[in-house]
Amino acid sequence: MKRLLPLLALALAVAYVATPFFRGKPRSEFDIEGFGNLPVLVNGRLKPMDTVARTSLLMFQGRQNISTPSGERLHPTEWLLDVLFRADLADRYQHFEVVHPDVLALFQIKEEDGAGKKRFSYAQLSPRLAELDRQAQLAGQIEAQLRNPFQKAVVDLREHLVLYNRLKQSLIPPDSKDVLADYQAWVQGIDAGVAAVRAREQKQPFDEAAANAILTTGQKFEFMANMGYLLTVTPPASTADENAWKPVGAVLLETIQTRQLHPTAMAFAGLAVSWRMGQPEQFNTIVKLYRATLEPRYTERLVKSDFETRFNTAAPFYHATVLYVIVFLLAVFSWLFFPQTLGRSALYLMALAWLLTTAGIATRMWLEGRPPVTNLYSSALFVGWGTVGLCVILEVLYRNALGSAAGGVVGFCTLIIAHYLSLSGDTLEMMRAVLDSNFWLATHVVIVTIGYSATYLAGFLGLIYVFRGLFTRSLDARTADTMNRMVYGIICFATLFSFAGTVLGGIWADQSWGRFWGWDPKENGALIIVLWNALILHARWGGLVRTRGLMALAIFGNIVTSWSWFGTNMLGIGLHSYGFMDAAFYALLGFALTQLAAIGLANLPDRFWRSRPLLAGGR
Amino acid sequence: MSDLRRSFLDFFVSLKLTIALLALSIILVFWATLAQVRLGVWGVQEEFFRTFFVLGRLPGTDIPVPIFPGGYFLGGLLLINLLAAHTQRFRFTWRKSGIFLTHAGLILLLIGELLAGLLQQDFQMRLDEGQTKDYSESFRSNELVVIDASNPEWDEVVAIPEALLARQKELQHPRLPFRVVPKAYYPNANLTMKDPAKPAGASAAPALASRDIGERVDVTPLPITYRDNERNLPSAFVELIGPEGSLGTWLVSTMMIQPQSFDYAGKTWRLQMRFAREHKPFALTLLDFSHDRYPGTEIPKNFSSRVRIQAEDGSEDREVLIYMNNPLRYQGLTFYQAGFDNNDRTTVFQVVRNPSWVLPYVACTLMTLGLLIQFSIHLVAFVRRRSTGGAANASAKAA
Repeated sequence: MKRLLPLLALALAVAYVATPFFRGKPRSEFDIEGFGNLPVLVNGRLKPMDTVARTSLLMFQGRQNISTPSGERLHPTEWLLDVLFRADLADRYQHFEVVHPDVLALFQIKEEDGAGKKRFSYAQLSPRLAELDRQAQLAGQIEAQLRNPFQKAVVDLREHLVLYNRLKQSLIPPDSKDVLADYQAWVQGIDAGVAAVRAREQKQPFDEAAANAILTTGQKFEFMANMGYLLTVTPPASTADENAWKPVGAVLLETIQTRQLHPTAMAFAGLAVSWRMGQPEQFNTIVKLYRATLEPRYTERLVKSDFETRFNTAAPFYHATVLYVIVFLLAVFSWLFFPQTLGRSALYLMALAWLLTTAGIATRMWLEGRPPVTNLYSSALFVGWGTVGLCVILEVLYRNALGSAAGGVVGFCTLIIAHYLSLSGDTLEMMRAVLDSNFWLATHVVIVTIGYSATYLAGFLGLIYVFRGLFTRSLDARTADTMNRMVYGIICFATLFSFAGTVLGGIWADQSWGRFWGWDPKENGALIIVLWNALILHARWGGLVRTRGLMALAIFGNIVTSWSWFGTNMLGIGLHSYGFMDAAFYALLGFALTQLAAIGLANLPDRFWRSRPLLAGGR
Repeated sequence: MSDLRRSFLDFFVSLKLTIALLALSIILVFWATLAQVRLGVWGVQEEFFRTFFVLGRLPGTDIPVPIFPGGYFLGGLLLINLLAAHTQRFRFTWRKSGIFLTHAGLILLLIGELLAGLLQQDFQMRLDEGQTKDYSESFRSNELVVIDASNPEWDEVVAIPEALLARQKELQHPRLPFRVVPKAYYPNANLTMKDPAKPAGASAAPALASRDIGERVDVTPLPITYRDNERNLPSAFVELIGPEGSLGTWLVSTMMIQPQSFDYAGKTWRLQMRFAREHKPFALTLLDFSHDRYPGTEIPKNFSSRVRIQAEDGSEDREVLIYMNNPLRYQGLTFYQAGFDNNDRTTVFQVVRNPSWVLPYVACTLMTLGLLIQFSIHLVAFVRRRSTGGAANASAKAA
């Protein structure tokens, strides 16, 4: 039984992780998945429509779930199809999160008008767009770091609305009732229109209707060419620049010269008509044919794009987040009852969650062709991965559920941080020129990040020590001694990695910029971690601290590491400041305060410690 | 050994001192990082690290008082502490070989950083496409040059460092037939054309110029900037006095691109305040600068400059490509791609001379090795204890 139950828990967890593959496919006659797989070029990267849909939803409303006003749940790709092809419907979907009361007042809407009291539709917001523009313009004159919450909210919301409109202008003219008929009329009218415009320029009699028609439609297409967010038209096979994709609007304008509609424009017009008319066979055929036109040239990209869609569906990081919560609870309860069964279940689930994040990180590396850490988001994933990896090793060695408890907490926290970081857009970004070096990203960044992982692990073990000793009667002298050695070993490991990583950073700087050390904020942050770990080691070697002091010092390591990881990016200076974030400052401050409080608790006199009788022998 | 001497030694040997120094260093580095927002990276290095004390000002006055130990102070004490500990307290054993290596590396690293602080020099070189330069310019210092331009073949240049102008002492140079008398000096100032309709504001400096463009310009002193992306643009009024009396007073400023000319003693002279230059025995020509962005974005993908190097003595004449993470190393200098300007037609290189560059490599190799050895020793001991401890446990259970 003791061996069977943990295995059963593992089987259940595996089933849970695998559910999206059975359930995630949209139940529709339309080939939603096929459309979601189609690659488009956005922000410099070829990505599937599915990713565009999900990241847009995340940016607009902080989540991927979306329903129609009548309550029908939509797959993100179905939502995107409506935005692209049925703008009149999509305008009424409530997918813009507005929470700031002054912004609500600006739009003269109330919380109650929104879905979940905070999400509003384009139709609800559109009457006051001019005022939003004015406010955003005012806020735009202030440096991003200095904006107040209202100004930030206004600028963000405007960006979201612009992005939404750019999406609408991507594939077809959004206000066209019958796209195919309009295109036909446009092609047929070109000769007469061009002649009429020429005649007008030469002050000769001209056909006013024909001139107006070509000018009005031309303007619409030009708008699409400038605003279209999705680049879908592949560059001609002869060009050298593989990345010179164009929006549909651009090729619609080119019709004036070619007198022929581009097949990509036609394909999307066909998709629009069949999506609007509810003709799945036609829709599915066009998706297939369109994909076939990309096939020989972009086979490799299509493989990646298909895989990325599946990766999105699988949502490994989301499932791992849930598992880490369970791991933590199992581990904590194992100190109170059924230590073996619960402890082993926690270990199995932690290993599963860790494998899941490993697979997720590996997939991202393959998609991007980069080492694991390329931006703040991926560093959060990697810090969590590193810490939990160490926890698995600790747990296999010690089997006392301490590794599982720490792994559960750190794994959960880092994935939550990653989730919040993902709200600013696609997390597979292109690398800025300064950072574009796979060798140094793979060595310096990875090793420094493992140093962060280890320092956090020591800190969280310290937290567990304090809370267990202070509030439970489960911390005996032997466990306390074990924890002392665990934390010490991990700090040694952390010192080695943070030092080696910092040095490699210096070497990168010397190789690239001709100086080893420049006192840049990120460099200083890394240096502080090394100094702090060195301080802890010397304090222990010199016998200046015993177990509890060591734990308190390790907890302060959490603050030091968080400062280096996030705080330095908030300063907005230096060569390294690739993080570009401003709002998380208060979260960082709050975290630092909780850690200081925990250090205060660690220093409470013995009589407050509930585990005191058990510890008395060992201290 | 006398008690005093012993307690003196004990202080410098003690591990408590090490810990105190580490803690103070952490505070110093953290504080310096925050101060960068105000002072910039350069200002912070000067005021926090390359100094014995961080100075504050007595409230309401300009009197500097030391308020915190600076980089030299802490680094120096750490060095003494380490050396003292190794001569007095430590005895070498193989079990401690890792610690010895690490500490040896740290000593080298501290010395290396001191040397870098003393010897490292930074310059900037801006090149337009097609332009050739055989000098780089300082980021921070400026110079007043008096050029004898009477020979069409070459110019004879007398360069006066900004610091001498700031001291406002009269200068006499053997190559010049006149004395240079600084009348006023402003470390950072803005120039505006005099407008007869609008008299100069109260903040403008007194107009002293009696020659050339200076007569038509107002000088407004500005506070000194420490920002990394700005530089101070000094202005000065200089009077030139020959044996027969004053030639007049000129306004010079780094804001003026063109030198001012005048004739004296049968020669043509030029007068200019400019960024201090360092001449090289070779010249660089920018052949082409390119800057790619990712499609549909403003994210820079790469910048690169194709440059031709020609040595003065003709021993070298070749093309090189300088781009991100791939600088040019030539004659002890490193040229790296620092920026661009002018619609991608101008490249900006940072030029660094750091003769002690090899020390950190040696130091860090020693330290990393030392840490690896030391922690491996701990790990082996831990595994041994575990396997024996594990066996003891198992036997206890069996019993």
